[in-house]
Amino acid sequence: MNTLGFPILSLVTWLPLVGCVVILSVRGDEATVAANARWTALWTSLIVLALSLVLWVEWNPHEAGFQFVEQVKWLPGYEVSYKMGVDGISVLFVLLTTVLTPICILASWESITKYVREYMIAFLILETMLVGLFCALDFVVFYIFFEGVLIPMYLIIGVWGGPRRVYAAFKFFLFTLTGSVLMLLALLAMWSYAHTTDIPTLMHTSFPPHMQTWLFLALLASFAVKVPMWPVHTWLPDAHVEAPTAGSVMLAGVLLKMGAYGFLRFSVPMLPLASVQLAPLIFTISVVAVIYTAYVALAQTDMKKLVAYSSVAHMGVVTIGIFTFNVQGIQGALFLMLSHGIVSSALFLIIGVIYDRLHTREISRYGGLADRMPAYALVFMVFVMASVGLPGTSGFVGEFLVTIGALHINFWLAILGTMGLILGPMYTLYLYRRVVFGRLTKIDLRGMLDLSPREIAVFAPLVVLTIWMGAYPTSFTRFWDATVTSMVQQHQQATAVPPGPEPVMLAQAVRP
Amino acid sequence: MNWQIALPEIALAVMAMMILVYGVLRKAEQAQTATMMAVGALLVTGFLVMTRAGGAGFHDQFVVDAFSALVDGLILVSSAFTLIVSLDYNQREGISRFEFPVLILFATVGMMGMVSASNLITLYLSLELLSLPSYVVAAFDRDDLRSTEAGLKYFVLGALASGLLLYGISLVYGFSGSMDFATIGRVLSAPGSASPGMIVGVVFVIVGLAFKVSAAPFHMWTPDVYEGSPSPVTLFFASAPKVAAVGLFLRTLSEPFGHLLGSWRLIIEIISIASMILGTLGAIGQTNIKRLMAYSAIGHIGYALIGLAVGGPIGIRGVLVYMTVYIIMTAGTFACIIAMRRRGIAVERIEDLGGLASTDPALALAFAVFMFSLAGIPPLSGFFAKLYVFLAAVNAGMWTIAIIGVLTSVAGAFYYIHVVKVMYFDSPRAAFDRKSAGVTFVATVTGLYTLLFFVFPGPFVAAANAAAAALFG
Repeated sequence: MNTLGFPILSLVTWLPLVGCVVILSVRGDEATVAANARWTALWTSLIVLALSLVLWVEWNPHEAGFQFVEQVKWLPGYEVSYKMGVDGISVLFVLLTTVLTPICILASWESITKYVREYMIAFLILETMLVGLFCALDFVVFYIFFEGVLIPMYLIIGVWGGPRRVYAAFKFFLFTLTGSVLMLLALLAMWSYAHTTDIPTLMHTSFPPHMQTWLFLALLASFAVKVPMWPVHTWLPDAHVEAPTAGSVMLAGVLLKMGAYGFLRFSVPMLPLASVQLAPLIFTISVVAVIYTAYVALAQTDMKKLVAYSSVAHMGVVTIGIFTFNVQGIQGALFLMLSHGIVSSALFLIIGVIYDRLHTREISRYGGLADRMPAYALVFMVFVMASVGLPGTSGFVGEFLVTIGALHINFWLAILGTMGLILGPMYTLYLYRRVVFGRLTKIDLRGMLDLSPREIAVFAPLVVLTIWMGAYPTSFTRFWDATVTSMVQQHQQATAVPPGPEPVMLAQAVRP
Repeated sequence: MNWQIALPEIALAVMAMMILVYGVLRKAEQAQTATMMAVGALLVTGFLVMTRAGGAGFHDQFVVDAFSALVDGLILVSSAFTLIVSLDYNQREGISRFEFPVLILFATVGMMGMVSASNLITLYLSLELLSLPSYVVAAFDRDDLRSTEAGLKYFVLGALASGLLLYGISLVYGFSGSMDFATIGRVLSAPGSASPGMIVGVVFVIVGLAFKVSAAPFHMWTPDVYEGSPSPVTLFFASAPKVAAVGLFLRTLSEPFGHLLGSWRLIIEIISIASMILGTLGAIGQTNIKRLMAYSAIGHIGYALIGLAVGGPIGIRGVLVYMTVYIIMTAGTFACIIAMRRRGIAVERIEDLGGLASTDPALALAFAVFMFSLAGIPPLSGFFAKLYVFLAAVNAGMWTIAIIGVLTSVAGAFYYIHVVKVMYFDSPRAAFDRKSAGVTFVATVTGLYTLLFFVFPGPFVAAANAAAAALFG
C-alpha cells in the first residue's frame, strides 16, 4: 500500500464505473433518464477530478521512481499482478484525463440528444480505461487498458458521429487493433523471456540486442498508429471529422498521448539499444510528418480536419523530442504532449461551439465572427497562439525544449523539426483569419450568439491552464524533472557499455 | 470393481430413463415438466461430479481426475443452458416434445464418458452415445426442411468421421497390441516403436476427432448444421459436444500418443492455421447470424488448437482456459440469437438486428459484450482465452502460428464489430418479441461471466492448471 494509506490510483481509475452503475440503475421516461445521466456523469467526473488532485498535492518531486504504488495478486502463479503507480511521466496524463472528462461531459450537455445515457456511460468507461492505462505498472494490465479504450471510442464515433461515422469507426478500430496485437506479441515475448510482466522490473531487464530490434518494431507498430505517425496517421482525420466534439477532444487530448507515452514507458527504457539503432527511422518519419501534414493542413476546407492534421504535425515534434534521449528533448516532448492535450482539445471545442450553432464545419461558410462573438474570438485567439507556440503560451515551452534537444543530436534535424514552428502559424492563423476576421457578409451568421455561461465554464479552465503553462512552466516540469533525469542517465549507461554475452536479469536476481 | 467411480454418469443415465418413462406414461402435454426434471437431473449430476474422488475403475477403462472434473462441469453447464433456452423456444416453434430433454441427457452421459475414457473402446462407445442423440436433435424440427437436412448431413458426415476414427483405432490396436491408454503410452515410450502403421492410425484418429470439433479442413458440416438445427440445438452443438470433443482430443493426444508429439504436432499446427484462416475468411460476408457463428466456431477451434500444438501442461492449460471462456460466451451469443423473434417468427439475418440498441438496450448490450469478447478485446473474457494460448505458443517459440493467430484475430474482429455496428449504428427496425425468462437468465449469467471474468480469473485459471497437470501426472 502507498504512503497515503488508501489506494488513490485505484479509486481514481474505477470510480467512473460506479457512476456508470448509478446511471444504469435509473428508471423513468427518456427525459428523466437523460437529465439524470448528464448530472450523474458530471458529478462523477468532478469527484474523480477532485480525487486526482490529491496526486498534485501529495506529489514528491524528488522521487524519480514510482509513487502511490499499490499491488494485488491477480493471475496466480504467473507473476502477473494488478499493480498501479505513477511516476513523473505518467502523473500529469492522469490529471489531463481527469480534467478533460468533465469538460467533455459539459461540452456535450446540449449537443447530444439521442442515447444520452449510453453516451455518458461510454465517456465514463473511457475515463476508467485511460486513467488505468497511465497508472498501470504491469504490462498485461497496461495492455488491457490500452486495447479496452477501443470499445468506448468505437461506439462514441460510430453512434454519435457524423455522416461517414461507420467508415471512420471501422478504420479507427481496425488500424489500432492491428497495431495492438503486434504489441501483444512483443508483450508475450518479453513475458516469456523475463518471466514477469512487472514494468519496473522489465525496465531493468536487458534484452539481447537482436531481440530488442524485433520487440521495438512490434511496439512501434502499435504506438505509431496511436501517436499517430506518418504514414499510419490516415485514420485520425477520418475519426476526428466524424466523431462528436467531445469524442474529438478525448481523441486529441488523451488518446494521441497513448502512443508517445508507450514510447517513453516501454520502447526507450526497456529497449535502449534498439531505440538508438532505430532513432534515425523515427526522426525521418517524424520530420516527414511535421512538414507533410502541415502542408496537407493548409489545404483543408474542413476545420476539424485541419486541426487533426495539425495534431499529426505536433506529435511529430513530440516523437523527435523523445528519441533525442536527452533531458531537454524528453522534457520538451512531455511538455508539448501536455500542452497539445489542452490546446488541441480546446480547438476542437472551439469548432464545436460554432458547429452547434450552424451545423457545418466548412471554413468558407464562416467569416467575420469577431463582430457578433467577441468573447469567442478572444478565446479562439488564445488557443491559436498557443497552438503556434507563441512565447508566453503553453505551446512555446515544449517546442523550444525539443528544438534544444534536437540541436544536441543534429543541426539539420533541429532545423527540419522546427519547420513546424514556421508552418504551424501558416495554416492556423490562416484558419483564424478566415473564420473570425473579415466582414460579416453571410446572412446566417448574423444571428450567432456569443458564448453561453456553460461554454464559458468549459473554456475558462483551459485558458487558465494554457497561460499558466506558458508563464510558469516550472509548476509542471517539477513533476518529471527527477524521473526524466534518471531515465536519461539509465539510457546512457545502457547504451554506453555493450552488454556482455549473458546479461543478468534483475528479474532473476531479486527473486528469492 | 469400483463402480461408484462412474456414479454421476450412471445416475444421469438412470434419471434420463426415468424421465423417458414418465413422458411415455403421461399422455398430456408434459414436455415442460420433463425439461425441468432434466435440468434437475443435471444439477444432481453436477453435485455428484463435484463430490466424487479421483481414481480409475472398470479395469482402468474409465478415469476420474481434475481434468474430467473441469470438463464435466463445463458439459453439464452447457447442457443445462440448452435445456433452459429450449423450454420456451420449442413451445413457440411447436416442437415441444418430452424426447428432447431425454436425448440431451443421453448425449450428456456420452460426453461425460468421452472425457473420462482411458480406453479406445470406451472412447468410441461414448462418442457414439453422444453422436446418435445429436443426429436426432439436429433434425428435431422434423417438418422443417432445413432441420431435417441438417440432421441428415450431420449423420452422414458424422458417420464418416466415426468410421475414420474406428479405422484409426483398429490400426493403433494392431500396432500396439492394446486398447488401454496407459499400455499404448508405455509401448510408444520405447524408442523406435512408432512404426508407420502406428502413425497412420494416429492420423486417422486425429482426423476423426477433428471432424467432431469442426476444425478445418474437416469443417464442411458446421455451417449447414448450425444454420439448419433449431437454435437451442445449435447452442448445444456449439458448446457441450465441442468441449467434450476437445477434452477427448487433449486426453488422447497427451496420454497414449503423448510420446509422438513430434509426429503429430505438425498436423495439429496445419489444422489450427487452416481453421483460423478459413473461419475468419468464411465469416466475412455471411448474412445469417447462425452461419456467422458457425464460421466463428471454426476459427475459435483453430485458436484453441494452438495450445494443443504446443503440447505440454502450458499448452493444454491454454486450451482449457480457452474452452472455459469460449463455450460460455458462445452459449450466451446463441441465447441472444434465440431472442431474435418478430411477431412469432424467428429471424436470423444480421440486418434484423438493426438498431437493437434503441429497441432493446439490454439485449444489444449483452450481444455487444459477446461480440467484443469473441473478437478478443480486453477486458472481456475472450481476451484471456487468446492470451493463454498465444503465451503458450510464444513460450515454445512457435512464432509462425502466433503471428498468424493475432493477424486472423484482427481480421475476425471486422465481422464481430460489424454486428455491433448493425445494432448500434443502424436505424431501428421493429422491436423483437418479449424475451422468455430462460433466455434472459442464460444471457445474463453468461454475459456477467464474460464481462467480469477479468476480476476473478484466478479460480478458472487454477482449475485449468490443475486439469492440465492431471494429464501429465
